[in-house]
Amino acid sequence: MSTHSIALASHKDYRGSKFAIWLFLITEIILFGGMFLLYSVYRSEYAQDFHHAAGELNTLVGTMNTLILLTSSLTMALGIAATHRGNRKLALLMIAATVVCAGWFMVNKYFEWGAKIHHGIYPGSEHLAAFPKGEQLFFGLYFMMTGVHGIHVLVGMALLTVMFVRVMNQPNARLSFVAGHGLQRAEGCHLAIIDKDGTALWKGEEIDSTMERIDVQTKYWPVKERFRVVDFNLLENSGLYWHIVDIIWIFLFPLFYLIT
Amino acid sequence: MGNHANVARAHPSVPDAADVNFYQFKGRWSGLASWIFSTDHKRIGLMYLTLMLIFFTVGMSLGFLMRLELIAPGRTIVDAQTYNVFFTLHGVFMIFLFVIPGLSASLGNFILPIMIGAKDVQFPRLNLLSWWLFLFGALIAITALFTGSGPPDTGWTFYAPYSIRTGTNVTLAACAVFVLGFSSILTGLNFVTTIHRMRAPGMTFFRMPLFVWSVYATGWLQVIATPVIGITMALIMVERSFGIGVFDPVKGGDPILYQHLFWIYSHPAVYIMILPALGAISDILSVHARRTIFGYKFIAMSSVAIALFGSIVWAHHMFVSGNSLVANFVFSLLTMIVAIPSAIKVFNWVATLYKGSIQLETPMLYALAFIFLFMIGGFTGMMIGVLSVDVHVHDTYFIVGHFHYILFGGLGFSMFGSLHHWFPKMFGRMYNQVPSKIAWFLTFVGFNVLYLPMLILGWEGMPRRYYDYLPEFQKWHVVSTVGSWIMIAGILTMFINLLHSIKHGKICTEPNPWGGGRTLEWTVPSPPPLENFDEIPTVTRGAYDVAPAEVK
Repeated sequence: MSTHSIALASHKDYRGSKFAIWLFLITEIILFGGMFLLYSVYRSEYAQDFHHAAGELNTLVGTMNTLILLTSSLTMALGIAATHRGNRKLALLMIAATVVCAGWFMVNKYFEWGAKIHHGIYPGSEHLAAFPKGEQLFFGLYFMMTGVHGIHVLVGMALLTVMFVRVMNQPNARLSFVAGHGLQRAEGCHLAIIDKDGTALWKGEEIDSTMERIDVQTKYWPVKERFRVVDFNLLENSGLYWHIVDIIWIFLFPLFYLIT
Repeated sequence: MGNHANVARAHPSVPDAADVNFYQFKGRWSGLASWIFSTDHKRIGLMYLTLMLIFFTVGMSLGFLMRLELIAPGRTIVDAQTYNVFFTLHGVFMIFLFVIPGLSASLGNFILPIMIGAKDVQFPRLNLLSWWLFLFGALIAITALFTGSGPPDTGWTFYAPYSIRTGTNVTLAACAVFVLGFSSILTGLNFVTTIHRMRAPGMTFFRMPLFVWSVYATGWLQVIATPVIGITMALIMVERSFGIGVFDPVKGGDPILYQHLFWIYSHPAVYIMILPALGAISDILSVHARRTIFGYKFIAMSSVAIALFGSIVWAHHMFVSGNSLVANFVFSLLTMIVAIPSAIKVFNWVATLYKGSIQLETPMLYALAFIFLFMIGGFTGMMIGVLSVDVHVHDTYFIVGHFHYILFGGLGFSMFGSLHHWFPKMFGRMYNQVPSKIAWFLTFVGFNVLYLPMLILGWEGMPRRYYDYLPEFQKWHVVSTVGSWIMIAGILTMFINLLHSIKHGKICTEPNPWGGGRTLEWTVPSPPPLENFDEIPTVTRGAYDVAPAEVK
């Protein structure tokens, strides 16, 4: 049996996607930057009101949520480290733990917001309209900024759930050989799986000129020695996204809860 | 280890992909689906172009109606509220659906990967997503016109507090801008990464064509500036829906902060619009003057400098909004600085023409007109960057005239020139030369008849966005309206000529139809094959240098 290698352009550029995710993180920082700008202007304009309004927030829940998010960042990093060590079970466990932490954060947020709304403190309420202007702005910004952050947490949960499923099936590589892109060079050959002694475990039909494309899908889990960082590209990038969500909270927490 | 192989058989005569152009290549889909689900950068570029030119036509029709209304004082064809809607929609369509995607998304998509010797952009699927978001955003914008309690009447700037009070459908329009912004960010991110990672071997940064340089600078601006408009529009939406108060003076909010946030994006956005246009002009001039670009590095760096300085001049839109004198002074000074890199480009273009073998083909006519109009736009821009002048002409027709010279005289003419320049590359056919030159002449003359009177009107004190005016302004309004007819006649001639030529133009499949093309896109067949190059080329010279063998 003749073997014939086909050069194929499977385009996986690890550095390229890293570059792009960092660009995306810049956009996230600037998105929140707009709101931090508003915060800083109004905080300097209504320092006293902000001070009073911050007293209304529940520091205990805020601290708890901070700890939860910090823990989730840790589990996220541990999950990625586990893939590097070829420990699939631990990786899955850690990703799941991250999603659970994120969910926990959102449950806390739900009760926190719920309590505020129950007390009539929400944008547009008559109760809030009686507050001094600075306090109205404080709560407006509070709901807006923690709200946008909360949306990011939800997106992160969805993203990490997808990553969980991917890592479970991962990594699987899909190669395509298309007519006109090197496939003709394999004409007259067979597609086969060969073990290290050269024995064919499986042999496909003969490749002739009528073949338009061949798709090959492989599933494997790399051991520590064969780990390729590019296989877990998306997981790493999701991790980076998760860390930025965490960092933004690290700034939100003192600015809203700890300025009393 | 699991393994799965899937072998598909097709017609016996599948041609090699390298032999057919990208239109003929049979992918998984056919018909319309072969376009809207295609991740091929060339198809995406053409889809952008199609949508943008449709929206341009809508915007142009609205502009035509506005000019018609203004031909005489008082009510002529529509009432005042409809007029407000007209100028808002004209602005929203032209700005967000035509000039912001501009040359970068349309021609950039088509030509940029070929120019750097790549098979596609870095993230082809993300590229398709950008287009879908663009379509989706446009549909939301159109929905905003026909639902709720009437189309937006705020002007394209959505200034608070009016935008949070008006009963018209601003929320949906703001949502459209948000989605369109997302599309723009993804395009910018994709192009910047593509330029960093996908250049052919030997294609160093300083061997890239200048169009690529300008798209690169634009990409950074899109990534850095657009999130600000995203959050600003989100704030307007939340403000209107829940009343968080950040822009509402009743609740302690400050509308001036809205203006800051809006212009932090929207001034750099002007450079998002114009930079690719400047880049394309460099390429057109080089080809049609049969000349290497004079001052290549200066033109390349001036794009970056414009992007840099353009990001820190936003408050010159707000000289009369009650900024401190110091702030106004600083922003006025910074505005002057932007003129330097712009002037560097113009000087280098003119020097490129010097001793060139100038062929007055249609793209060249547009490019030359561009330089002329861009200079008028630039000089009037300098004038209104000066504090004392701006206080007088702020919110007058002088401003309207100025930015039409920049955006239409600049971007529009560069866009039309680029369409004529890369038309044979895109479609493998050549358009008819005589009608295209007549169209250029009508557009160029009509343009000046239309917008020059606006500068005069503004200087005399005619405020912008006004429905009615004093009788002494009528003379110039009539001239301007007549100009709009001439210009539209020119533009329609151009469109008909180009559309006709897509199917019926003279076949022109040679790689280098103008004879002067030295950049990589002129080395591949017209139209290009699916993956642009049979083999990724190795670059050994600067973009505009003549290959050693050609030197005699």
